[in-house]
Amino acid sequence: MFIINCPYCGEREQSEFKAGGEAHIVRPKQPTELSDDQWAEYLFMRKNIKGIQFERWVHTHGCRKWFNVVRDTSNDVIKAVYKMGEKPPTK
Amino acid sequence: MKNKYSIFSLVKNAFSYHENWEKAWKDPEPKKEYDAVVVGGGGHGLATAYYLAKKHNMKNIAVVEKGWIGGGNTGRNTTIIRSNYLWDASAGLYDHALKIWEGLSQELNYNVMFSQRGVMNLAHNLQDVRDLKRRTHANRLNGIDAVYLNTEQVKKFCPIINTSPDIRYPVLGGTLQRRAGTARHDAVAWGYARGADEMGVDIIQNCEVKGIKRNGDSVEGIETTKGFIKTKKIGVAAAGHSSVIANMAGLKLPLESKPLQALVSEPVKPIIDTVVMSNAVHAYVSQSDKGELVIGAGTDDYVSYSQKGSHDIVEGTLNAILELYPIFSRMRMLRQWGGIVDICPDASPIISKTSIKGLYFNCGWGTGGFKATPGSGDLFAHTIANDEPHKLNAAFNINRFVSGDLVDEHGAAAVAH
Repeated sequence: MFIINCPYCGEREQSEFKAGGEAHIVRPKQPTELSDDQWAEYLFMRKNIKGIQFERWVHTHGCRKWFNVVRDTSNDVIKAVYKMGEKPPTK
Repeated sequence: MKNKYSIFSLVKNAFSYHENWEKAWKDPEPKKEYDAVVVGGGGHGLATAYYLAKKHNMKNIAVVEKGWIGGGNTGRNTTIIRSNYLWDASAGLYDHALKIWEGLSQELNYNVMFSQRGVMNLAHNLQDVRDLKRRTHANRLNGIDAVYLNTEQVKKFCPIINTSPDIRYPVLGGTLQRRAGTARHDAVAWGYARGADEMGVDIIQNCEVKGIKRNGDSVEGIETTKGFIKTKKIGVAAAGHSSVIANMAGLKLPLESKPLQALVSEPVKPIIDTVVMSNAVHAYVSQSDKGELVIGAGTDDYVSYSQKGSHDIVEGTLNAILELYPIFSRMRMLRQWGGIVDICPDASPIISKTSIKGLYFNCGWGTGGFKATPGSGDLFAHTIANDEPHKLNAAFNINRFVSGDLVDEHGAAAVAH
C-alpha cells in the first residue's frame, strides 16, 4: 500500500492504479522471424528484480493514462515517475 | 536414532516437566562439500532433502535457509490441501501429494494434524456452474473424488453460508472434495526437518545464498553468508525469491513475485467444520484448531518482495466473506500478514532441470504450494537424484514456456491464482 504520483493527476492511492509489469521490454519488430527461444524470452521471461525495478503503471480509476515508475520492490519506495516515451532516469 | 514420539514418551517426559526432550534437529555448521545442497528450508526444501536421503540414499546433503526453517511461506499460508485440478498433469501432481499427506503423520512419526474435512468450491454465476461441473467430471476421470452440489446441498453441508438469491453474487452450487482438508503448516516443516536430520542431512539456518559459482555450463558450489560450499547439485526451492537465486546463476525465469495476504480472526467456538473457497468473489475461509477463522485474500498485481500487501485487497476479501457469512459480521481480526508468491504465466509450478548442469528449480507454485509439499519434495528429489524428471513432473519443465506446451490452470483451477 503506497502512494503513486501520477504525472497527470498528482498523488493518488495505489489502489487507483493497475500494475503493468516490467517496463522497456521492446516488442520485436518481426515476431515471425524469431526463434521459439527468442519469443519465450520476450513473452514470458522476466527479471523479477528484488530492488530497483523499472515498471509500467496505468491510472485505471483516474486519467487512464500509462506511465513509468521506478520502484524499490524490496520496500515499495518509489524513486521516480516518468511519462511514456521519456528516457528513464539514470540515478 | 531419534526417540520415537508416542503416548509413552509423552508420559515419560511429563515426569521431567518436559525439559529433557531431545532436539528435533541439530544446528550444524556447513561442511566444505556436499553431494547436493537444497536452497530454501521451507516445506518444499525440507521434503526434498528428506526424500533425497530416504529414497535416493543421498546422505551427504544440506539444506541452507536464510532465516529459520518454515519461516517463509510455509508459516504464512492458509494450510488448504486439495487435488481437484482440471488438467491431467496437475491432477497427477496434486493427487500424488494428497496420497502422501494421507499417511504422512505415520511416516514421519510427527503429527502434521492432517484433517480431511473437505474443501467446497462455490459457483456464483452460470459460467462458474459450467466450469465446476466440467472440473468435477475431469477429476472423476482422473480418479479424484469430486461431487457437484446444488444450492440446497451446499447449505446442508455448510449451514452458515448465506444462500439467499438476493445477495450480490448468489450461491448457485459448488463442488466438494471430501478427501481434501487442512494440515498444521509448521508441523510439516518440523516433521520433515526431524526426519531429514535423523538420516544425516545438515539443516543450516541463518545461511543466506549470496552467489552461485559456475564452471562453464555446470555448477561448482554456492557462496553463502557462512562461506563457500562446494557441490555439484543445487536444488532451489526458494519460493518468492527464486528469481533472485536464478539471477545469481545468470538465468531468467518466467516468474513474477507478488504479495499474497491472509488473516485470522479472534478464536471462537467451532462454527465452520470444512474449508469453503470462492473463486468468483475471491474469499476462502476455514477454522483452525485454535478456533481462529483463517481467511485467504488475493494477490496484489505488482511485483514486490516487501511481505506486505495492500489494504484494499483485504477489504475486498472481507466484503465477500461478510456477504457470504453474515454471522461473521462482528468478528474481530487478530492478525494479518503477507507472503511473497512466485507466479508462473500459466499458474502451474516448475519442477525442472535447467540449462545449467546440476542446477534444478522447484518454483512457480504461486498461491497454492502448501498442498503440494510432500509430492513436490518427492518429485524434486527424484529429478535431482536422477538428473531426469519423474513422469508426474515431466510436464512441469521450464522448457514448456519455449515449446508452448503450457499447463494452463489459470482460471481453470478451483480458485484464482
